[in-house]
Amino acid sequence: MSRQNWEVVIGLEIHAQLNTASKIFSGASTAFGAEANAQASAVDIALPGVLPVLNRGAVERAIRFGLAIDAEIAPKSVFARKNYFYPDLPKGYQISQFELPVVVGGEVTVRVGEGEAAYDKTIHLTRAHLEEDAGKSLHEDFHGMSGIDLNRAGTPLLEIVSEPDMRSAAEAVAYARALHTLVRWIDICDGNMQEGSFRCDANVSVRRPGEPLGTRREIKNLNSFRFLQQAIDYEIQWQIDTIEDGGKIQQATVLFDPDTGETRMMRSKEDAHDYRYFPDPDLLPLMIGEDWIARTRAAMPELPGAMRARFEADWGLSAYDTVTLTVSRDTAAYFEAAVAAAGDAQAKPCANWIMGELAARLNKAERDIADSPVSPAQLAALVGRIADGTISNNAGKKVFDALWNGAGSEVDAIIAAEGLKQMSDTGELERIVDEVLAANPKSVEEFRAGKEKALNALVGQVMKASRGKANPAQVNTVLRAKLGA
Amino acid sequence: MIEASLKDLAAALRAGTLSSVELTTLFLDRIDALNPSLNAFITVDRDGALAAARAADARIAAGTAGALTGIPLAHKDVFCTEGLRTTCASKMLADFVSPYDAHVVSQLKAAGAVMLGKTNMDEYAMGSSNENSHFGPAKNPWDATRVPGGSSGGSAVAVAARLVPMATGTDTGGSVRQPAALTGVTGIKPTYGVVSRYGMIAYASSLDQGGAFGRSAEDCALLLSAMAGFDPRDSTSVEREAEDYSRALGQPLAGLRIGLPKEFFAEGMDDDVRAAIDAALEQYRQLGATTVEVSLPNAKLAIPAYYVIAPAEASSNLSRFDGVRYGHRAAEYGDLADMYGKSRAQGFGAEVKRRILVGTYVLSHGYYDAYYLQAQKLRRLIAEDFAAAFTQCDVIAGPTSPTVAWPIGEKSDDPVQMYLQDIYTIAVNLAGLPGLSLPCGTGAGDLPVGLQLIGNYFDEARLLNVAHGFQQATDWHRRTPALG
Repeated sequence: MSRQNWEVVIGLEIHAQLNTASKIFSGASTAFGAEANAQASAVDIALPGVLPVLNRGAVERAIRFGLAIDAEIAPKSVFARKNYFYPDLPKGYQISQFELPVVVGGEVTVRVGEGEAAYDKTIHLTRAHLEEDAGKSLHEDFHGMSGIDLNRAGTPLLEIVSEPDMRSAAEAVAYARALHTLVRWIDICDGNMQEGSFRCDANVSVRRPGEPLGTRREIKNLNSFRFLQQAIDYEIQWQIDTIEDGGKIQQATVLFDPDTGETRMMRSKEDAHDYRYFPDPDLLPLMIGEDWIARTRAAMPELPGAMRARFEADWGLSAYDTVTLTVSRDTAAYFEAAVAAAGDAQAKPCANWIMGELAARLNKAERDIADSPVSPAQLAALVGRIADGTISNNAGKKVFDALWNGAGSEVDAIIAAEGLKQMSDTGELERIVDEVLAANPKSVEEFRAGKEKALNALVGQVMKASRGKANPAQVNTVLRAKLGA
Repeated sequence: MIEASLKDLAAALRAGTLSSVELTTLFLDRIDALNPSLNAFITVDRDGALAAARAADARIAAGTAGALTGIPLAHKDVFCTEGLRTTCASKMLADFVSPYDAHVVSQLKAAGAVMLGKTNMDEYAMGSSNENSHFGPAKNPWDATRVPGGSSGGSAVAVAARLVPMATGTDTGGSVRQPAALTGVTGIKPTYGVVSRYGMIAYASSLDQGGAFGRSAEDCALLLSAMAGFDPRDSTSVEREAEDYSRALGQPLAGLRIGLPKEFFAEGMDDDVRAAIDAALEQYRQLGATTVEVSLPNAKLAIPAYYVIAPAEASSNLSRFDGVRYGHRAAEYGDLADMYGKSRAQGFGAEVKRRILVGTYVLSHGYYDAYYLQAQKLRRLIAEDFAAAFTQCDVIAGPTSPTVAWPIGEKSDDPVQMYLQDIYTIAVNLAGLPGLSLPCGTGAGDLPVGLQLIGNYFDEARLLNVAHGFQQATDWHRRTPALG
């Protein structure tokens, strides 16, 4: 059955691991990849008698996030205990925030889709709260027993909960990507999805338009945007098929299997825990004063949304361009440095080079833009030489090649060394044009008969004869003049 | 020597008329002789104590000794001690050795006090009689067929029987004050937050507070001064300057206003206890104090509120004892849930299980508002009652316990009767106030009766002086049980 008669409702819960050096309630290191249990302190192991002490760095990062999404920073929030038994949960409870979270509300506007069909969508957030991560159970290599690694236990997390505002997998992915950009932008999370630093749970339901919300199922632990997209799409179709076949959706938690592309039930509502939340008596309520918020606000970088608007207003860039250029702080910084060197008029060419040639090369070489072998100043010089007609766009790619490979470091020197300078001598060009016209009477005839395409062939011949050094625009002008057009 | 005050012991050690090794040996030998019948200690560390005593003697010789250097001490077995087992009187932790010292333990180590061992208690500090111990009940030295009170029963017995000059305890609903009263010693629970809970195995975190036992208020002041102080590892530790709790000792009591809560004197108290309390109050009037009636109208709600809040916190605090990382694990089990079930069923005693069940119930979905939130409201009302009372008086006085020590086994099958033993002490924990019990007379069977003094927040120094003034004028605290 088609999806057209159905409205999809999606809300996301995203766990962002905060990039503090030590854990949220102990002094143990949070570095990834250490030997099992080497980074588990007495507090992390939950020895008898130990007590938690809140890491202010984690709170600072939560405040930064709240400011970045224009949310309320709660003047008083409370840590609560979420009680359940599991071997990788040493205390038998997780310290989290329940009734009073540190960040309340907020919104993020994201660009969904591409090209003509692209649109902006504002997603509202319910809350974001601080909590500790659990350890890991290791089910292999222990001969029928399970091992427990508590290195991750106590790692600080910010759980970011959205309203059920998304209406398609594409919107959900756009929102998740925007948050992924944002948490790295404000430097609260490294965003490493493979190591689990950024994980998504998706709540999905369907309904007929105008009807109350349908029953939702929660897809747990999606650690790539591709899986997020696939899992939601599969789940939507499964729910629609189930209802249209006369079935009912039961509230449940499901897992996505990337191998089959399907979701399968992990536990039903009946199996749901009663977590017996209550305020943790070992921790005082978290009080955040106006001065702390003001200090944090003063240290905030310009945010991607503001930057996008500025790029559009100052340089007339398209929405697509501004989203692409603000994909990370490093990309935006590279772009701004290039424009600063090349001049405002060259903003669009700079953008094109960064999104085109540079992005392709970086991608192929799996390098970050911060480590680009071509510096913003070099790129600006290159763009400048194309703009002033010294070299053609094609010659520009050769210059870029030389810069990338380290064959040269100075744009003008490369142009000179490789003889890429465009023909600026009109007399020389006119001579070549005359020769080409003489050698191609058929094309001349066709053009004069009204066949515009014939001119392109002549331009090509001129460019070939000039060995690429002629300026195509100039060639065009001279040709038309000679042909009396 | 066993009757000497801490001050006199310190003076003798400093004068060289006595060594810490001699003093420590004296008390260790008393423990060897008397502990088999009193069961005050779960673990005695003779070698460790003698090594600490030798170190203390060196420190005394070097002239760097403090007020407690070289003086023997016992810790309630709820405080973690590095290298010496910490059992909480539970089968669950019968073989548990902590890799670190509790804050209180390290403070007293630094002060040079000599730890002789770990004292008996109700399992996980849950109980009022010391009968809930995996290692058997401690016995009241005034009558070994009777309970010493609890949960810090072993510490109270050790001080009362002169097995040690001073001991630590913890008080969640009366667990220092009530055994102090039943064994005839002095015990103080300070304001919540004064003594760090780091390394003190949690029963009910919002109520637990470390306290001190001694033969006098003067001795308690010295011990408390060494135990107290801000500790950044406990978020509920109060950030205040370190205090000398002896500083007010000796100030006259003339003009002191003693509040008598009419609810404490209305009913429930045995006649022999009432007579001893009345006589003690008369003594205070003779010392120049005045008494004024005050009211704590919500105090009667303290026991129901306590038996919601404390089990709720306990049910969560004790979840870590799951047999996974340390502690008792069942020898045979099926799956994971079975391992948890069997390990905990075998490792915990009946009273601990009862409180875990109650706590789990009151926190359950659909019951939380009716029980836990309601109890928190009562808690605020009780605190407000005390605040109102302290506008009319400087300290509040009344009985510590409604009865003298009762025979072992008499109440152990009736939890509610047992819970009612703490009727006068629990409200103080709910409000977070300091409380003290001092011996003030005897009741039936010549058994000790304790007078409870309750102070305003951080008023420990005054509270200790009010007790000290009484002890300067009377001899009740000098009575010693006749022991073999």
